[in-house]
Amino acid sequence: MKGVFDIIGPVMIGPSSSHTAGATRLGKIARAILGEEPSRVLVKLHGSFAKTGRGHGTDKAIAAGLLGFSSDDERIPEALNLAAAAGMKIEFVRKNLANAHPNTAVIEMIGKSGRQASVMGCSVGGGNIIVTRINGYQVELTGEYATLITIHEDRPGVVSHVTQVLAQEKINVAFMRVSRQERGAEALMILESDEPISRQAYDVVANIPAVEVAMLVLPS
Amino acid sequence: MERFSTFMDLMMLANKGQRLLSEVIIEYEVQKSRTDREAVWQQMDQCLTVMEKAVEKGKNSQEKSVSGMVGGDARQFGEYTRENGLLGGVVQKAIQYALAVSEVNALMGRIVASPTAGSCGILPGALLAAGEVLNAPRGKIVAGLFTAAGVGLIINEHASLAGAAGGCQAECGSAAAMAAAAVVEMAGGTPDQSGQAMALALKNMLGLVCDPVAGLVEVPCVKRNAFGAVQALVAAELALAGIKSVIPPDEVIAASYEIGCLLPPSLRETSDAGLAKTPTAQEIEAKLFAEK
Repeated sequence: MKGVFDIIGPVMIGPSSSHTAGATRLGKIARAILGEEPSRVLVKLHGSFAKTGRGHGTDKAIAAGLLGFSSDDERIPEALNLAAAAGMKIEFVRKNLANAHPNTAVIEMIGKSGRQASVMGCSVGGGNIIVTRINGYQVELTGEYATLITIHEDRPGVVSHVTQVLAQEKINVAFMRVSRQERGAEALMILESDEPISRQAYDVVANIPAVEVAMLVLPS
Repeated sequence: MERFSTFMDLMMLANKGQRLLSEVIIEYEVQKSRTDREAVWQQMDQCLTVMEKAVEKGKNSQEKSVSGMVGGDARQFGEYTRENGLLGGVVQKAIQYALAVSEVNALMGRIVASPTAGSCGILPGALLAAGEVLNAPRGKIVAGLFTAAGVGLIINEHASLAGAAGGCQAECGSAAAMAAAAVVEMAGGTPDQSGQAMALALKNMLGLVCDPVAGLVEVPCVKRNAFGAVQALVAAELALAGIKSVIPPDEVIAASYEIGCLLPPSLRETSDAGLAKTPTAQEIEAKLFAEK
């Protein structure tokens, strides 16, 4: 059974838990996955996000998330202006994506340092979200747990090296998933943990030679 | 940990320990979240503060939503009721507060989804209005919110709180049922009377469809929140008078689940039928969709 504050809650900026609160969380998790402040963003809105997004402030909500705001932040209505003032260029387009959840967005970002990331996710109700793709990899990520994501060389030992680092930090892995596009090339791993993942643990993982990119997404 | 799934379970737990429903729910949340009573209470107290601020903001706002369909009614109603009106004070207040919070929601203000954003005006409308008339200390209203949450947990177990799943009966119907049970407890009624109020409120909103104009949480949602808050008060007052629902609370919830499943998808938040497909709604939608 759920908790009391799943029923009375969340505290959020209206008007819609899926189109506003969930959209903010999608923007925020996209920024966390990029790992730095985005400077240029292309947002593709699908389905109901494309159709009723404007009236629900979905564009403002995603911009707010990209700025790092939470879904109860009263600056959300002003987020488009605040993003522009911060030098963040965001373009919104409507895009029909086959077989996608009705409330889906694809967020393609280029960061301040030139780092790039593409995040696809959907807002599934009550402010909850699922990230379904990162940089083309199929994933399933809710953002409810502390999450470590790595893109690494697809060869023996890399996965165990990463989990060893976590074990040494006494971090218990709750969910784990490894996927790849082709054998022996590049793989993506997602580790979700009950405990918070420290910056130190992240730094150790990020410095493993076979790990090309590491991302740390903390629950919000 | 004390477990409950139905309203009958919840009432038996309350009666066994001679406790209020809110006490059982607080204990449940303390166990579940592995924190202490103070932390759980404070979090609910903060929810109440967000509700109160939304009422204040909405009562004084003349702003319109992006679509132009809603905004400013709570203020207008307040001005009218200062010197006029057929209804009594508690009903007028419930209407105004519920409108205020729902308008704040539509205008991208801060609210508490209770249980959803679309139905966020009903609990503050009913509980704050009843609280004023009953001269209830703040703690009574916070406790009432726990009772309301308990009813919501039970409905969520056996039916739904989402318009996309069960139509508006799942959102505004559930919110009214939750508020009715809470108001009974605030007024000194028994757990059984809370259950009767819950059943009476939900019964009256069975079958309510979700057909919002242009897919927005505005029409008919904002004004429906005012009606929902009043229905909660009617149900609470009936139950406090000792009047019972012939169909018991858990059976009403089961009926709402069945009705939700039978509702066609076109009337479950897709805006493919009903009010959303009226000529006026289509005109509004075409205009909104054409912009930008």
